[in-house]
Amino acid sequence: MAEAWWDVEDVDGPEAVVARLDGVDYLAGDGIGTAAWLALRMGRPLLVEGEPGVGKTALAQALSDAFRVPLFRLQCYEGLDASQALYDWDFPRQMLHLRAAGAAGETDAATLEAGLYDRRYLIARPVLRAIEAAPAVLLVDEVDRADDEFDAFLLEVLSDFAVTVPELGRIAAKVPPLVVLTSNRTRELHDALKRRCLYHWLDHPDHAHEVAIVRRRLPEVSARLAEDVVRAVGRLRGADLVKPPGVSETLDWACALLVLGVRDLDPDSAARTLGAVLKHREDLDGIRTAGLDRLLAAGD
Amino acid sequence: MAGHSPLDAATVRAAAAAPTRRDGVETLVAFARTVRAAGVAADPGRVQVFLAAAAELGVDERAGTYWAGRLALCSGPQELARYDAAFTAYFGCEQPPPGRRRPAVDTERAVGLPGTDRAPEAGETEHEPRVAAADRTEILRRRDIAALDPAARAELRRLLALLRPAAPMRRTRRRRPARHGRIDRIRTVRAALRTGEVDRLRHTERVVRPRRLVLLLDVSGSMAPYADALLRLGHAAVRRRRGTEVFTIGTRLTRISRELGHTDPNRALAAASAAVPDFSGGTRLGDQLHAFLAGWGRRGVARGAVVVIASDGWERGDPDRLAVGMARLHRLAHRVVWVNPHRAREGYQPLAGGMAAALPYVDDFVAGHSLAALEELCALLVDERRTG
Repeated sequence: MAEAWWDVEDVDGPEAVVARLDGVDYLAGDGIGTAAWLALRMGRPLLVEGEPGVGKTALAQALSDAFRVPLFRLQCYEGLDASQALYDWDFPRQMLHLRAAGAAGETDAATLEAGLYDRRYLIARPVLRAIEAAPAVLLVDEVDRADDEFDAFLLEVLSDFAVTVPELGRIAAKVPPLVVLTSNRTRELHDALKRRCLYHWLDHPDHAHEVAIVRRRLPEVSARLAEDVVRAVGRLRGADLVKPPGVSETLDWACALLVLGVRDLDPDSAARTLGAVLKHREDLDGIRTAGLDRLLAAGD
Repeated sequence: MAGHSPLDAATVRAAAAAPTRRDGVETLVAFARTVRAAGVAADPGRVQVFLAAAAELGVDERAGTYWAGRLALCSGPQELARYDAAFTAYFGCEQPPPGRRRPAVDTERAVGLPGTDRAPEAGETEHEPRVAAADRTEILRRRDIAALDPAARAELRRLLALLRPAAPMRRTRRRRPARHGRIDRIRTVRAALRTGEVDRLRHTERVVRPRRLVLLLDVSGSMAPYADALLRLGHAAVRRRRGTEVFTIGTRLTRISRELGHTDPNRALAAASAAVPDFSGGTRLGDQLHAFLAGWGRRGVARGAVVVIASDGWERGDPDRLAVGMARLHRLAHRVVWVNPHRAREGYQPLAGGMAAALPYVDDFVAGHSLAALEELCALLVDERRTG
């Protein structure tokens, strides 16, 4: 197996990863701890799927903080290609280089060309930057948004963590970066890519866990308010909504209440801040019609 | 690569031999086989990763084995419940495995459900009449599918396999080199760099790509005579273009895009039939539409897509709920086409509760009751000018 690489001497198992993540205020369950630890130890990318707002992107951020390595983020979108993911040559600057060399009286073609394809003129994009900077965390966010040809490209990069620039040669990572891929499942990823990765499905946290997350992220929130908010959000998830709220919405809501100086979650304060949790008119209407007091009622 | 070690057989053997006993490996491999039998795509490559992961975590602890298997063998949320069941069954533990509730994303499809007997038997095609003359085919094309005898149905299947349903093209953000269009500064400069002079301008144009086609097929009792033909249409669409999504609706929503991916129509149909638990049941269009929107549509499957709903609009649930779902679908999708075989009947009025509720949100309302009508549907789908 791959040797322990960056700053992980004291990390001897999933529990230690959970503890590290805890240190940067990301409260992880056993599943995340085990997944991250195996990804580190086995040098395999981690594919994280789950409902929007459960903390997939935050996990990569937390891992980079926890292991004190830089994070490189590649946001995927349709039409993303190698020149935006790997590298590109800076043509305007190359042109300037030629002009400058011409003005200086340099005429030797070989020298000119050597100067032209200098590392200075290479614009590194996230994947190449992560490889050069490794140890690092590379986040390939919302990989399902890219075209399916991009899966094949990723597969190539993720299999040996090296990039070949024809004019410069092969640039390989000293140690493999920790790669986290996230997907919202708008598209089925290619099976070969999935096979390459460890797969983790991130679920909404249970009540106690979510209360702990709110309390940790927003220490000013009282225990009671946190309980109330999380219970109400739990009920919203059970209701038939266009977009059930995720953990990030829970945090947004608690934060909104905090900013307003609300101490108790009552129908009035909930009505004013509901826009922090529900972002669809149908959802807002439905919940208001059903009655906010029912949403906020104590007990299960 | 130094540092990074890909998993070859030797590594796995070494890893497996060191911390675990030989019989431990056998137990794990047998467990992986159980998981595969439960319907999880645990291929040999994944099993190797599983063994390595289990060696890292130590198999003495149940949680270690559980997570090693879940992370390495599973590849989708719909597989997690099956994995949990297989784990409980195999290791025989009283309390549920350490994983939490199963995600409410896909309609869970049970393994080995009845419905397999609906697969077209091999013998059927052997009775295919050899006198398939042109006029016979023409009559067949116009006949209502529900009124066909078994021999004609066999012929129809052959003809259905020739359909080419596809959605129209759309422009994407991406550009590519072309002879005309916007000037490509980078390529022009690059060429100038090579020759020292701008000899001619390079151009780019927008890449066009097909829109996604999404089929929602009603397989309830009242649509039973058309179910086979519609599934075959779905198969033709999936084979035509990757990314096409096919769902069946009835009392529950089932995604069958993967099952229909098989080259051979009969095998694809058999797989799809096995996957659908609610053939010839009732219809809850509104609920199923909401399930589709919540699980798939909203996440992007329906966005900008051409959505075809094949149903007679008999709704057992609340028509208002269907109307709300249709309104949302209409906002998400590029175009919504409703196929209702009853439309071809003389004097048909879309008065059935569900149909009347859905109609305001439908761009095209077509019959699709015969082969000719299905061909017209295919022509209509690719025709961008019909877009409302």
